[in-house]
Amino acid sequence: MDAKSYAICFKPSSSALKRSNTTRNWYRVAKLEQLKTIGRELTKGSQGGFYQSKEFLDLVKSIGEARSKAEEDRIVLSEIETLKRRISEPDIPKRKMKEYIIRLVYVEMLGHDASFGYIHAVKMIHDDSLLVKRTGYLAVTLFLNEDHDLIILIVNTIQKDLKSDNYLVVCAALNAVCKLINEETIPAVLPQIVELLAHPKEAVRKKAIMALHRFYQKSPSSVSHLVSNFRKRLCDNDPGVMGATLCPLFDLITNDVNSYKDLVISFVSILKQVAERRLPKAYDYHQMPAPFIQIKLLKILALLGSSDKQASENMYTVVGDIFRKCDSSSNIGNAVLYECICCVSSIYPNPKLLESAADAISRFLKSDSHNLKYMGIDALGRLIKISPEIAEQHQLAVIDCLEDPDDTLKRKTFELLYKMTKSTNVEVIVDRMIDYMNSINDNHYKTEIASRCVELAEQFAPSNQWFIQTMNKVFEHAGDLVNIKVAHNLMRLIAEGFGEDDDTADSQLRSSAVESYLHILGEPKLPSVFLQVICWVLGEYGTADGKYSASYITGKLCDVAEAYSNDETVKAYAVTALMKIYAFEIAAGRKVDMLPECHSLMEEFLASHSTDLQQRAYELQAVIGLDAHAVESILPSDASCEDIEVDKALSFLNDYIQEAIEKGAQPYIPESERTGMLNISNFRNQDHHEASSHGLRFEAYELPKQTVQARIPPASLASTELVPVPEPMYPRESYQTTTVPSVSSDAASTELKLRLDGVQKRWGRQTHFPSTSTSNSTSLKTVNGITQVDGSNTANSRTRETYDSRKQVEISPEKQKLAASLFGGPSKTEKKSATGHKSSKPSSHMVKSHAPKSSMEVASEKTSVQQPPDLLDFGEPTVKSTAPSLDPFKDLEGLLEPTTQVSSAVNHSSTAAVTKSPDIMGLYTETTAGAHHKDSDILSGLSNPPMTNMVGGTTTMQVAQSSKGPNLKDSLEKDALVRQMGVTPSSQNPNLFKDILG
Amino acid sequence: MIKAVMVMNTQGKSRLAKFYEYLSVEKQQELIRGVFSVLCSRAENVSNFIDAESIFGQDSRLVYKHFATLYFVFVFDSSENELAVLDLIQVFVETLDKCFQNVCELDIVFNYSKIHTILDEMVFGGQVVETSSSEIMKAVEEISKLEAASNAISLIPKSASGWRSR
Repeated sequence: MDAKSYAICFKPSSSALKRSNTTRNWYRVAKLEQLKTIGRELTKGSQGGFYQSKEFLDLVKSIGEARSKAEEDRIVLSEIETLKRRISEPDIPKRKMKEYIIRLVYVEMLGHDASFGYIHAVKMIHDDSLLVKRTGYLAVTLFLNEDHDLIILIVNTIQKDLKSDNYLVVCAALNAVCKLINEETIPAVLPQIVELLAHPKEAVRKKAIMALHRFYQKSPSSVSHLVSNFRKRLCDNDPGVMGATLCPLFDLITNDVNSYKDLVISFVSILKQVAERRLPKAYDYHQMPAPFIQIKLLKILALLGSSDKQASENMYTVVGDIFRKCDSSSNIGNAVLYECICCVSSIYPNPKLLESAADAISRFLKSDSHNLKYMGIDALGRLIKISPEIAEQHQLAVIDCLEDPDDTLKRKTFELLYKMTKSTNVEVIVDRMIDYMNSINDNHYKTEIASRCVELAEQFAPSNQWFIQTMNKVFEHAGDLVNIKVAHNLMRLIAEGFGEDDDTADSQLRSSAVESYLHILGEPKLPSVFLQVICWVLGEYGTADGKYSASYITGKLCDVAEAYSNDETVKAYAVTALMKIYAFEIAAGRKVDMLPECHSLMEEFLASHSTDLQQRAYELQAVIGLDAHAVESILPSDASCEDIEVDKALSFLNDYIQEAIEKGAQPYIPESERTGMLNISNFRNQDHHEASSHGLRFEAYELPKQTVQARIPPASLASTELVPVPEPMYPRESYQTTTVPSVSSDAASTELKLRLDGVQKRWGRQTHFPSTSTSNSTSLKTVNGITQVDGSNTANSRTRETYDSRKQVEISPEKQKLAASLFGGPSKTEKKSATGHKSSKPSSHMVKSHAPKSSMEVASEKTSVQQPPDLLDFGEPTVKSTAPSLDPFKDLEGLLEPTTQVSSAVNHSSTAAVTKSPDIMGLYTETTAGAHHKDSDILSGLSNPPMTNMVGGTTTMQVAQSSKGPNLKDSLEKDALVRQMGVTPSSQNPNLFKDILG
Repeated sequence: MIKAVMVMNTQGKSRLAKFYEYLSVEKQQELIRGVFSVLCSRAENVSNFIDAESIFGQDSRLVYKHFATLYFVFVFDSSENELAVLDLIQVFVETLDKCFQNVCELDIVFNYSKIHTILDEMVFGGQVVETSSSEIMKAVEEISKLEAASNAISLIPKSASGWRSR
């Protein structure tokens, strides 16, 4: 025992636990000495049967002495070799075998593969000796997972052991059950485990409950019929078993509160008894009666009392008692107190309890312990939801925590700030967050805080300038971590501007945006998403105010495309931006001189492997060749927010069709009137069914023969010549159209039929699409193209081009004529029309425009039809404000002004508050401050927040949030609806900030 | 529930690692390294809590306690209370201390399977089943006794104090 006496490195009783460097150094020196002595002692077996051999001792010792990871690996590998050899020897004594297995476990803990020994561990659990069996169970639970192949060899033994007379065997088996039984094997052991719930030993009952809990976690349905057992065990004679039962009940109640409301009374009375020390002394911990059970119960009560006044009223007394009785000097006492606060903030509010909770929080926050501060901040975050005024008293403490070197505490504090953000303090909080974001390297947390900044900025932005500037900062520092939608929102905001009336303000905003972006472009290594925004804005507004020449902007864009040459999306944005700049120049009647670097860039892109880039380059080339009038109509300046009307009836084609019919063309016959349809659609349906059933088709090729035999319908001519029979997307069908007319008409008409059934997904069109349009509006667009029978031809021919411009070769002259009529009018030459056609896609102002829109622009038929919203309409366009236009990029006064006001106000109102970081004080100005500065409103943040105010604030927030709708589909639908009502989104928008600012 | 219990020394050597949800050996090592790199960068006199979401994924907290040369680390989700888990570590260490009379790192290294036994009595399938160190001691001692009895070769001069019922 003398070795032991100087092995006292720590005694885990509070004060002695403070680590000291001297002890540690001393310890390191003493360590090797000890190894010998302790080893000797261990071999004597003083540790009650936990025997280890000299070999294991040597292994541990040499690993401990290893100077490098490589050396350690070498030692472990040679150990593995030894074990491999030894373990397969015949007739190993049990004791030896146990040691080998423990050594294997040890080796695996160090990160080496010990799978060769798994089977031996499995063999050990079959052994009769408890020692060996337990070791075997320990090893298998550490080695195997529930889906391992060897499990099948274990289940049988587990079944047997669960019935054992020796409760330790049962416990070992239960332990393995928790880890190794998967959903499929649950039924094999479930009956035995249910029996064990009535086992005389409380340890077994406890573990059986835990095993059932585990089953519930793995597969709730497997034990759903056994829930009553949990309720029964709640009344177990042994408080330990009762405490254990709270674990599964907590999970059950989390998932379904209402089924357990009847237990409120029981839980409350249990908690009362525990708090009144009715449990045996053995359950006390640091003079607290069963604190772990109290904590679990309080958690459960918090769930049950949440927004349930009646249930909550039952709890008030007992929770109040605990508040009073809790010993706040011990760690565990504080744990219970914290849980009380959580409970109070979750159940139906009670003023007295809230008061006690606030007291407890202020004790936490005033404590020197970082742990308690952390809990205090967390608790504060919970409580301010109910009583916002409480934050005010703790302003200094919160700021201290924000400045604390402890990262955990800091993050928790930012979480709190995030929870209490509103329009009045958003600037300060977001600025702080961005500063912190810049200072950390943890990408996970950076992403989180960036998305929080964006969320807060979108929700509460006091002005558009501020919003744009904040977004710039977020993009610059965490651009690759934020969602692309954020970028789209920013683009939309710049495009839509402040509102309808103030055009000068809008253009000011834009030119300042352009200026700031030109400045930012000088920085190296910008994130891709940010570059996309920059390119788009430069393309759209770079030359709008005449401050910068086209050649300057195009030069910058070329630089971007060159500098980020491995980012195709950025390049695509840059090319389209270039095209817009040139188009505006042409439209303005100026001569366009392409810069040499731009020329070389185009050369490169024309031969690019990316079809998207290639097409954009071709389009650019085509646009440059057009006259001013054509360009103007393709790419009108500052029209990104214009609505694009879709004439689905294609009435503008009437003349052309009339002409064709007069020339003797066959008129279009609607599909319903066409014969030979029926059997084919039957066939298609059959095909559909069989494909969907994944079965093999044995009669695959009979029916297609019939189709070939089908007569040539009169429609065939029409379909190829002029009547817009919907043209299939994919090459195979288009090939049929031109070569086998007889099939084509049928195929085309069925195709039409099928599309109407929504079968198009099965035909792989979507595999073509992503190459051109990355936007999510694809599906909607497709649907539009399809549902409109008349319109589909045009839509189709265009879509085909978009996925590969080379496909144009296959387009028949007739179609080109048609296209010419669409884009350039019938009088134009075929060649001309083809180029016009080509440029159709980029002609729209969205960077990722899509065909229907552009064609309609040209068509300029203004029949209002539901049509796909453009890219920038993704989110609900609520980010609007009537805030006066300042130049946010040039002069920061606009931003700084509120801050200075805040600090001055602080000086007015609270002397105590001035001590630290005046800007953050905006959060906590005292009541009087608001009165002085009613106009600025910044101070009303926390200054004077009566309950109703807060509620109002949060509901607006929620409305804003829900209308913002992260769900793309929702917003698209909403957008479409708005347009259908004939209102442009910009005029529809409620003024968000007006609402919030009241 | 508790997701993992780890004990590692100040050099980052793993002394005990128990994961309550299966993870491959490589993943376990990765997590242990991740935890250690965070732990060793923590200053003194800061809180014992770490936001572990970047290491362990959504909804995970980490509580650690530094004793002499060892870090005791518990990883768990929101159904546990941080301060309570801190006390759980305390219970664990107190139990070890009772078991080994002034426990040190070497005891943990050499009594690998016993440490597991103790932990299994405390935390079962990721849930805390026992929080009284004397109860845990009783259970562990009884296991030792019965194991020794079941083992034909008795080599134990029983140092364990007698088993008393509650």
